[in-house]
Amino acid sequence: MDQLLNLAWLIVAFPLVGFGLILLFGRRLGEPAAGWLATLAMAGSFVVSVLVFFGLNARTAGDRRFVQTAFEWVLVGDFSVNVGFLVDPLSVTMTLFITGVGALIHLYSIGYMYGDPDFSKFFLYLNLFAFAMLMLVLGDNMLLTFLGWEGVGLCSYLLISFWFSDEYNASAGKKAFVTNRIGDWGFMVAIFLTFTALGSIQYIEVLDNASGLAQTTATAITVLLLIGAAGKSAQIPLYVWLPDAMAGPTPVSALIHAATMVTSGVYLLTRVNPVIAQAAAWTPSLIAWVGAITALFAATIAVAQNDIKKVLAYSTISQLGYMFLAVGSGAYVAAIFHMVTHAFFKALLFLGSGSVIHGMDNDQDMRHYGGLRKLMPLTSATFIVGWLAIAGVPPFSGFWSKDEILAFAWEKNVLLWLIGLVTAVLTAFYMSRQVFMTFFGRYRFADVREDEISEAWATRVAKAAGAVEEATAQVASFEEAVDKAKEKLASTQAKLESRTSEMAEADSADEKASAKATKNLERAQAAVESSHTAVADAVDALAEAQRAALAAQVAHEGVLTAAESAMTSAPGSIFDEPDIGDLDDVDLGAAPKARREYHPHESGWLMTLPLIVLAVGAAVAGIMNLPFSSDVHFLGNWLKPSLYPNEAHLSSGAVAKWVLAVVAVVGGVAGIAFAVMVYLRAAGDRVRRIRRIEIPLFSRGWFVDESITKFVGGPGTKSFDSLVCFDNAVIDGAVNGVGRWVRLCGNSLRRIQSGLVRFYALLVAVGALALFAWFLSRASW
Amino acid sequence: MELTNDWYLVLSALMFVIGAVGLMLRRNPLVMFMCVELMLNAVNIAFVSLGTELNDVSGQIAVFFVLVVAAVEVVVGLALVVAINRRRADATADDISVLRG
Repeated sequence: MDQLLNLAWLIVAFPLVGFGLILLFGRRLGEPAAGWLATLAMAGSFVVSVLVFFGLNARTAGDRRFVQTAFEWVLVGDFSVNVGFLVDPLSVTMTLFITGVGALIHLYSIGYMYGDPDFSKFFLYLNLFAFAMLMLVLGDNMLLTFLGWEGVGLCSYLLISFWFSDEYNASAGKKAFVTNRIGDWGFMVAIFLTFTALGSIQYIEVLDNASGLAQTTATAITVLLLIGAAGKSAQIPLYVWLPDAMAGPTPVSALIHAATMVTSGVYLLTRVNPVIAQAAAWTPSLIAWVGAITALFAATIAVAQNDIKKVLAYSTISQLGYMFLAVGSGAYVAAIFHMVTHAFFKALLFLGSGSVIHGMDNDQDMRHYGGLRKLMPLTSATFIVGWLAIAGVPPFSGFWSKDEILAFAWEKNVLLWLIGLVTAVLTAFYMSRQVFMTFFGRYRFADVREDEISEAWATRVAKAAGAVEEATAQVASFEEAVDKAKEKLASTQAKLESRTSEMAEADSADEKASAKATKNLERAQAAVESSHTAVADAVDALAEAQRAALAAQVAHEGVLTAAESAMTSAPGSIFDEPDIGDLDDVDLGAAPKARREYHPHESGWLMTLPLIVLAVGAAVAGIMNLPFSSDVHFLGNWLKPSLYPNEAHLSSGAVAKWVLAVVAVVGGVAGIAFAVMVYLRAAGDRVRRIRRIEIPLFSRGWFVDESITKFVGGPGTKSFDSLVCFDNAVIDGAVNGVGRWVRLCGNSLRRIQSGLVRFYALLVAVGALALFAWFLSRASW
Repeated sequence: MELTNDWYLVLSALMFVIGAVGLMLRRNPLVMFMCVELMLNAVNIAFVSLGTELNDVSGQIAVFFVLVVAAVEVVVGLALVVAINRRRADATADDISVLRG
């Protein structure tokens, strides 16, 4: 069995080879072959992990530690770093769920990324990520872990901004990268400090000799590692990047920003548990408090998010807070236990949300969902399993791990336990809210949306106003016509008068002339008559137009009041059918019609199969570490060699434990019940109920991002501007000053460069003579 | 009168001074070039004679290096002289000051 351990390098090699192959042939492989290749690499890695697990399990408990050195990497003086793999219970536990969940998510991605133009690139990054992550957990020294640490950071950046043509996604990636850099600084300094203190950064040596560390040094290392861990695991104050990281494709959110990478901070702290044990007593408490406060803080924000992935992102931050709380309470087993169960149910929830987004035409707003239970039966069934797991309903996995953390928190500090309990209630609440908004209630996707209604009213009002204007213009034009007709009448009448006088003047003897005059007179009379009728017609038309204008005015006023009343009437709850009045498709435009004709669909087997497997895991993973007796404490017994004697022990009796468990379950159920009251019960004023919970403080994340923007944009920029002054005057001044001085010297020296060879020869001779004289003067005779 | 090493050194010094003064005073590039050769060979004589006196073979070895370098230098130098003469047949070293700074 021991030979199996020698396979350890293959765990890392598989994804690396996959990465190399896709890098070289990715475009040629195309879709879906590149995805299958990447999935195969991950699956191979998982198989090897299982084999290595059996190999390690065959050894006796105290002997379960194996280092495989691939080659010497860095050698400087007496500082040497190997590329080696530390195979011990902790790292094997990590590799098992990283490769297992990873392979499932790879498989899922083949379905999710269907038709993406950068299909193979996605899997390229995904395999590179898997390689870096496995390097992080398997590395036998801190530098190798740091290599993986940076690698996963890079892949996280690449994958968050995978669809980088959208400005928002690109800046989300940058935000993650920059925020993580702050944490990486802590990790780096911790490595330096460890090397100075112990002369080695190999885990085995560092951990075995940790008891020789001075307390101050150990404290400093722990705090610095906490900074690093807080960056990668999104804890206060470095959590701000994780919600934005949801800009990446959903499988990325599931794999990197929920199941694996973000847990590496917890892994790191667990790995260095002997150092933490050596640190001052307040350091573990600091870790616990950071975790507890983060857990509560993120949970409150999750309560008011409407983006399905944002809820899960804040939920992830909150759950990671639980793990930190566990680590700070000395409950390393509970931390790892929760990490594994969380990997199952959070990956499941993320993939489920991805399936929903996929089926809902890439709409991520939960307000537009509702009633998807019947349309996506598999997705909703698995999602509900994940919901029950994270809400802490027994016997689902989340209950066991969360309960264990709460028990340890109770012993550490009652206040920590209380925060943990409140967080558990909130978790149950917001997850129920998500499930109810997504899968239960009325199907709302086809609803006409508020902005569409107001837009329709606005177009209607504009149309009526246009009609009024048109009618007014018509009236004006008819008025003009009347004027013109009257003018014409006046002119014909004048002509008639002149003809009449002509007639009178005409010589009656001149027969010809009198006949002409009579004819003219008759013509003029006819013209006057027709002008009269024209005037009468014009006046009639004008009256008609005036009536029409009045009618248009009235209609406009009617539309205005209708629109006003529609806009000012209390907005209905998103759960009720929107009141669209007498608006029709013409007013509403094409979007609602398109949505009405859209049919949400269940995803294909590539996506539902991983969901089912993960759902099974999320349901039963609690078996790993049952609290009833030490015999069924499998994970605890397995991890013992990695934890030295630093794992805390519960001193409370069985009764206390039962009471705590019951309280936790009651809390979780209360959260669910409360969500039912708020989001499922139709009676009462639902709008007010919801508005009272989803206050802006929560929905906008305690205004943290706004404050940062305001601070950096205002005083921050100003202080940097003053630094720029310093830079321009002093730093650049010095540099440019040197340059100016050199040019000045050169200008005076260039005169010597006459271009005349004989002059140079003279200079050489003079120089030689001078040297000669100098030597002579120093001679000691 | 015995021919001691000192005479060789005196000869070397004389040759060197003649070469150096010639280099500084003459304007014909070819003659200046020969003056440089004179100086090099003066140094060679000094090397050889001092090598004999100190019983150290490295003096002679140094001469070989000087000869090699001198040969190379002749190639480049003569090429330059020819090139200069092609452009202007009556050019003296003082007429050529293109590289003035």
